[in-house]
Amino acid sequence: MKQIAVVSGKGGTGKTILSASLCYLFENPVMSDCDVDASNLHLLLSPLEIIESYKYYGGKKAKINYQKCTNCGICKDKCRFEAIDFKEGKYVINEYACEGCKLCVLTCPEEAINLIENLAGNYYKSRCSRGILVHGDLKPGEETSGGLVAEVRKKSYSEAEKSKKDVIIIDGAPGIGCPATSSVAGVNLAVVVTEPTLSGFHDLKRMVDTLKKMRVKFAVVINKFDLNESAKLEEWCFSENIDLLGKIPFDEMVNVATKEAKPIILYENSIAAKAIKDIYLRILDKFF
Amino acid sequence: MSCASFYNSTFEGEINLSLKIAVLSGKGGTGKTTISTNLAKVLSKNRKVLLLDADVEEPNDHLFYNITFEKEKSVNIFIPKVNKETCTLCGLCAKECQFGAINVFEKGVFVFQHLCHGCGVCSEICVLNAIDEVSKSIGQIKFGTSNFFDFGMGLMNIGEPSGVRIVRELKKYISNDYDVTIIDAPPGTSCPVVEVLQNVDFAILVTESSPFGLHDLKLAVSLVREMGIAFGVVINRYDPSFFELEEYIKSEDISLLMKIEFDKNIAKWYSQGFLIVDKSEELYKNFEVLFENIIEVLK
Repeated sequence: MKQIAVVSGKGGTGKTILSASLCYLFENPVMSDCDVDASNLHLLLSPLEIIESYKYYGGKKAKINYQKCTNCGICKDKCRFEAIDFKEGKYVINEYACEGCKLCVLTCPEEAINLIENLAGNYYKSRCSRGILVHGDLKPGEETSGGLVAEVRKKSYSEAEKSKKDVIIIDGAPGIGCPATSSVAGVNLAVVVTEPTLSGFHDLKRMVDTLKKMRVKFAVVINKFDLNESAKLEEWCFSENIDLLGKIPFDEMVNVATKEAKPIILYENSIAAKAIKDIYLRILDKFF
Repeated sequence: MSCASFYNSTFEGEINLSLKIAVLSGKGGTGKTTISTNLAKVLSKNRKVLLLDADVEEPNDHLFYNITFEKEKSVNIFIPKVNKETCTLCGLCAKECQFGAINVFEKGVFVFQHLCHGCGVCSEICVLNAIDEVSKSIGQIKFGTSNFFDFGMGLMNIGEPSGVRIVRELKKYISNDYDVTIIDAPPGTSCPVVEVLQNVDFAILVTESSPFGLHDLKLAVSLVREMGIAFGVVINRYDPSFFELEEYIKSEDISLLMKIEFDKNIAKWYSQGFLIVDKSEELYKNFEVLFENIIEVLK
């Protein structure tokens, strides 16, 4: 079984559109939406029916028992996350800043602080237009999205094993932090989507450094390559010995398809769909 | 009304200056950088402006300006270093570490540096004081000026899991000396975004006319509402045929601050590193109106 993750340093380069199309090109995929901050893949793979639903408990949060608290302030002094404030005569936990490390719990002389389990999101196994989709929603404002991504990945893997699927298509999280690296850890191929903009190029380089450090095999796709001069990007890939899987032209049909909640690959005459098909063939040729 | 006269007639005295505005979006690539960099330029005409790029994983604002960086400093956390001679492999540190970052095996203690949050629990609870803490860099913050305003950015080191601490350090450049501080947030709605939103006065939510934009806007709205922050929406790549977006904005009684129509020229200018307000007078005016609308919401 192969796992292919579609990622990008910069957001909005076209990860989801490419992932959804790959879900249609590969036969029998399990689909995995790892952008749990802003999961969108299901919007292109409708209709969606949730079959199983799981709760995700992220990091715990400290809670002060005011019956025991003597306002000594040791917790505030000890906390390294600036997560304890003194407000209106008492110490209060800033839940957004608390990382649940337990230092305040362990150092409180009155044993007035506890760690409380924190429901940080949900993840689901769903049936969609192309088979099984595993996806998650992190509650807005939560941390540890990398942990939820790991749960989505595990569930996708066990589903693929169970039903003997050949390939998992992963729609990755943007950036290069924990959700992004959790999306690509241990995959057979990371497809990095970029665009010929200054930002796109800048972010691609940081993504490539990250993937090299993780020793993940990767190749690049340039989306909307004709919106600007993409030669520099291509030269850079060439000079760095990076596989360029293909270039997708700017195509008005992509917006039309997205508004109709369909992947562009279903619009066979579109120039973007043709380019994506070539990318798919190149993936098959080079990595299977 | 020109920006200057607006400032004098209605703005001054009514709103406490040193306004802190965060620019965010659930979905990536909707135009946060475009809004931040262009708004900073327009406001700097007659105000003292600070622009902070808090997308520390993939910062881009600096690509649009010639920045002279004057200060640079490393952001560090403390990670454990176990003294082998004193350690008895009792395992207490591993038991209490909430992040699985310190592990005790028969042959010794192993620290997974990238899982370590630098919280200090292990060294605090080690009864034999066998754990020292050593400083480790997780990124940098840089501070400088463009020709128009002061500028700060954070840059997370490759391979680090989280830039929250870098954002926190970066925000320490905020001061009352500035009339307006604009903070360009990372995409999403999780921890680094929350760090950006702490103690800001206003949030600009940037979205686009697509089902993705709408879906992710709803998440961003629920976050700023939960945090009790005044906000309004900017629709980028506006397309009236996707009417669901405006319907949602209306039904939720959300202030629509600005619409930027889809235009291949804008995409081209952006891709080449130009500010769109330098290329189009109309867009310049639109950004002035954007700020007037923000003040209107804050009143």
